[in-house]
Amino acid sequence: MSYLNDVLNAFVLLSNFVLLPALSYGSQLALGALGVTLVFGILRFANFAHGDMMAFGTMVAVLLTWWFQSLGLSLGPFPTALLALPFAIVATALLAVFIDRSVFSFYRKRKSAPVILVIASVGVMFMLNAVVRFVIGPDDQRFADGERFIIKAGQFKKITGLDEGLAVHSTKVLTIIVALAVMFALFRFLQRSRMGKAMRAFSDNEDLALLSGVNPDRVVMVTWIIAASLATIAGVLYGLDKSFKPFTYFQLLLPIFAAAIVGGIGQPIGAVVGGYIVAFSEVMVTYAYKKFLIYLLPDSWAPEGLAQLLSTDYKFAVSFIILVVVLLVRPTGIFRGRVL
Amino acid sequence: MTERMRAPLAFAVMAALLVSVGLFQSWSVALAIFNLCLISAVMALGVNIQWGYAGLFNVGIMAFTAIGGVAAVLVSYPPVREAWTAGGAGLMASIGILVIMVGSIALIQRRMPPGWLRRGSTVTVLALGVLLLQRYFGTSTAAIEGIDPAKTGFLGGLGLPILLSWIIGGVMAAGVAWVIGKIALGLRSDYLAIATLGISEIVIAVIKNEDWLVRGVKNVTALPRPVPYEVNLQQTDWFIDLVARFNSSRLEDVVDPAVREALLNTLVVEGSSLFVKLSYSVLFLIVLLIILGLSQRALNSPWGRMMRAIRDNDEAASAMGKDVTWRHLQVFVLGSAVVGIAGAMMTTLDGQFTPGSYQPLRFTFLIWVMVIVGGSGNNLGAVFGGFLIWFIWIEAEPVSLTLMSALTSGLAEGSAVRDHLIESAPHLRLFVMGLVLLLVMRFSPKGVLPEKVRHT
Repeated sequence: MSYLNDVLNAFVLLSNFVLLPALSYGSQLALGALGVTLVFGILRFANFAHGDMMAFGTMVAVLLTWWFQSLGLSLGPFPTALLALPFAIVATALLAVFIDRSVFSFYRKRKSAPVILVIASVGVMFMLNAVVRFVIGPDDQRFADGERFIIKAGQFKKITGLDEGLAVHSTKVLTIIVALAVMFALFRFLQRSRMGKAMRAFSDNEDLALLSGVNPDRVVMVTWIIAASLATIAGVLYGLDKSFKPFTYFQLLLPIFAAAIVGGIGQPIGAVVGGYIVAFSEVMVTYAYKKFLIYLLPDSWAPEGLAQLLSTDYKFAVSFIILVVVLLVRPTGIFRGRVL
Repeated sequence: MTERMRAPLAFAVMAALLVSVGLFQSWSVALAIFNLCLISAVMALGVNIQWGYAGLFNVGIMAFTAIGGVAAVLVSYPPVREAWTAGGAGLMASIGILVIMVGSIALIQRRMPPGWLRRGSTVTVLALGVLLLQRYFGTSTAAIEGIDPAKTGFLGGLGLPILLSWIIGGVMAAGVAWVIGKIALGLRSDYLAIATLGISEIVIAVIKNEDWLVRGVKNVTALPRPVPYEVNLQQTDWFIDLVARFNSSRLEDVVDPAVREALLNTLVVEGSSLFVKLSYSVLFLIVLLIILGLSQRALNSPWGRMMRAIRDNDEAASAMGKDVTWRHLQVFVLGSAVVGIAGAMMTTLDGQFTPGSYQPLRFTFLIWVMVIVGGSGNNLGAVFGGFLIWFIWIEAEPVSLTLMSALTSGLAEGSAVRDHLIESAPHLRLFVMGLVLLLVMRFSPKGVLPEKVRHT
C-alpha cells in the first residue's frame, strides 16, 4: 500500500512539474511555430520578426485588458485578456498586412533571394521591438486576472490524501484548450476551405497554383492574417501563463524555429508536433528528479545531487541541440518539410 | 569620377559630424563615440568578411564579441592562486577527460566500420566520460567558486599585458568558430542563421553561469589598462607642462596666480581624460588600419576573387574544383577572429567584463545594419557603416529626447503621458535603426559605398 502511495505521489509530482507545464508551453510554442511555418511555406523565408509580432499582439491585448479592467469589465472566472484578444488579433493582423505591403511585397515581386527577405525581417524586428518598448516599456508586466487555480495543491492533497499536491493553474488549462481549438480550426480551414486548399497548393508548387487561377495576393494576405492571429494568441497565452516581457518574446524565437524545423518546416502538423517535442525536452531535461526518484527508489538508492540533467539556465541549449540533431540526421524534419 | 570621390566624401562627412559633436557637445563625448566607432568598424569588417566576401549569414556575432571579452579577462587579470590550489587540479583533470573522450569518439567514428559495434562503443565512451566528468568537474568548480566569492571566486587570468588579449581573443574566437562552422556550415542560409542565433545564446548562457571561468553575472571589474591612468597623469610633470603649453594664451590672461593655479588644475583634469581616450583611439586606429589593409589585400587577391565566385554561384565554383565547404569554414573562422579581436578591444576600453550587457540587438543585429548600410562586399563601406551607424545609435538618444520634449511641450508639466513619452524616447533609436536598414535595402541595396567589381 505504501509503495503504491509512493508511486502515485511520484506520478502526481511529475504531472505537476513536468506534464502540465510542458503541455501548456508546448501549446504556446506550437501556435508560434505554426505561424513561422505558414509564412515559410507560402512566402519562403524564415521570419525573424515573428517573436516581436507576438510581443506586439500581446502588448495590444495587455493595454486593452487594463482598459477593460478600469471600466470594470470582466469575464468572471476567466481572464479579462480573453475579451481583449479578438481586438488584439485584428490590430496585429492589420499590422502584418501593412508590413507585408510596405516591406516584403517589394522583394517578393523582384524575386529576391530568401536571405534578403530574412534581412528585411530583421529590420522589421528592430522597428516592432522599438514600438513595443516605446509604448509599454521593457519591463515585466502581469495582466492575468480571474480565477488562478482550478484545483489548488492543498485541495488536491485533501481530496486524494496524497503527500504531493497537483496545482492545476487555470491559465495552463486554458492555454491547452484554446490551442487545441485553434489548431483544430486551422487544420479544418487548410483541409476543407477553398482558400486553405489554395494556400496548400501555393505552398506546394507556386507555378502550378498560379496556373490554376490561385490569386497570389490573396493567398499572401490570408497567410499574414493567420500568422498574426496565431502569434497574438500564442503571445497572450504565454503572457497569461508566465508574464509579458518584450525581450523574452524575442528569445522565444529560437524554440519556435526549432519546433518548426524539427517537425519539418512548411508542414503545419510538423509545427504542432515539433512544439510539443521541444517543450517536453526542455522541461524534462531541466527538471530536478531528486524527489521523484526518492519516491520510486528504495531509501538506500536515493540520489545525492538534484538529479538534474541540465541547469535551467541552459534551456536554450535544449532547443538548439534538438535543432542540430535534426539538421544532421534528418534535415527535412519529421514530416518531410522542405530543406531550407 | 563621382564613384571615386564617394568614399573620401563619405568619410569627410563622417569626420565633420564627429568634429561638430566635439564643438557643440564636448570633445570628450566626441572621442568616446570615435573610439566605439573604431571598434564597430572592426566588427563590421569581420561581418563583411563573412557576408560580403562569401555570403554567409551569421547572426551569432554577439558570441564572438563576448569570447573576445573573455580573452581580455583571462589574459590580463592576475591569477587567483588560492582558487588554483583549491580546484585547479580537478578542473585540469576534467579538461583532460573531456579531451580524451572527444578524441576517442572521433577515433572510433573514423576507424571503426559503421554498425552497431561503432554506435555501442561511442555511447559507452560518452557515458563513461560524462560519469567521470561529473565526479571531478562539479566539486572542483564549487571549490573555485567558494574562494572569496565576493571578490574573486574564479580562477583569474594570466596577469599578462591586456594588449596581448587582442590577439588571443581573435584566436579563441577562431577556435570556437571552427567548431561551430563544422556543425552549422553546409546548411543553407536560413538554417545557418537560426543555428548561429542559437549558438550565440548558448555561449552567453555559459559565460553567465559558469562562475569559475569569468565570474558570470558578478562581472569582472578593474581590468588593467594598456594606457596610463588619469590620476597618475595628473601628477606627472611632463603632462602638466604639456597642458600648460597647450593652453598658454588662456593661462597668461589670468593675472591672479591662485586663480591661474586653479584653472591649470581643471585643465589638467580635463586634459588627462582626453589624453587617455586619445591613446585608446590611436591603439584602435592602428588595429583597424592593419585589419583593413589585410582585408583589402585579401579581397583583391586570387583568394578574394575565388570567394566572390563561390558567393555568386557556388555550384559553378564547385564545378571548377573549389572546395566550397572548406572555403566557407575558412572565411567563417577568419571573420569570427576579427570580431573576437574587436570584442577584446571593447572589453579593454570598458575596463570591465559584464556578460549581462551582451544583447543580440546591440551586438549582432546592429553590426549587421552597419554592414548592409555601409555596403556589403566593400571593406571601406563596412568601416564607414560602422562609423555612421554607431554615430546614429549614440546620437539618436539625445536627439529623440529633445524631439520628444519639443513635441510634448504643449502637454501639462508632469502629465503621465508626457513623462512616459520622454522616458521611452531612448527606445526610438531601435526604430531608427530598423528604418535606416529598410530604407537602404529598398532604395540603395548596395549600401552607401557599393562593392566595386573590376572587369578587365
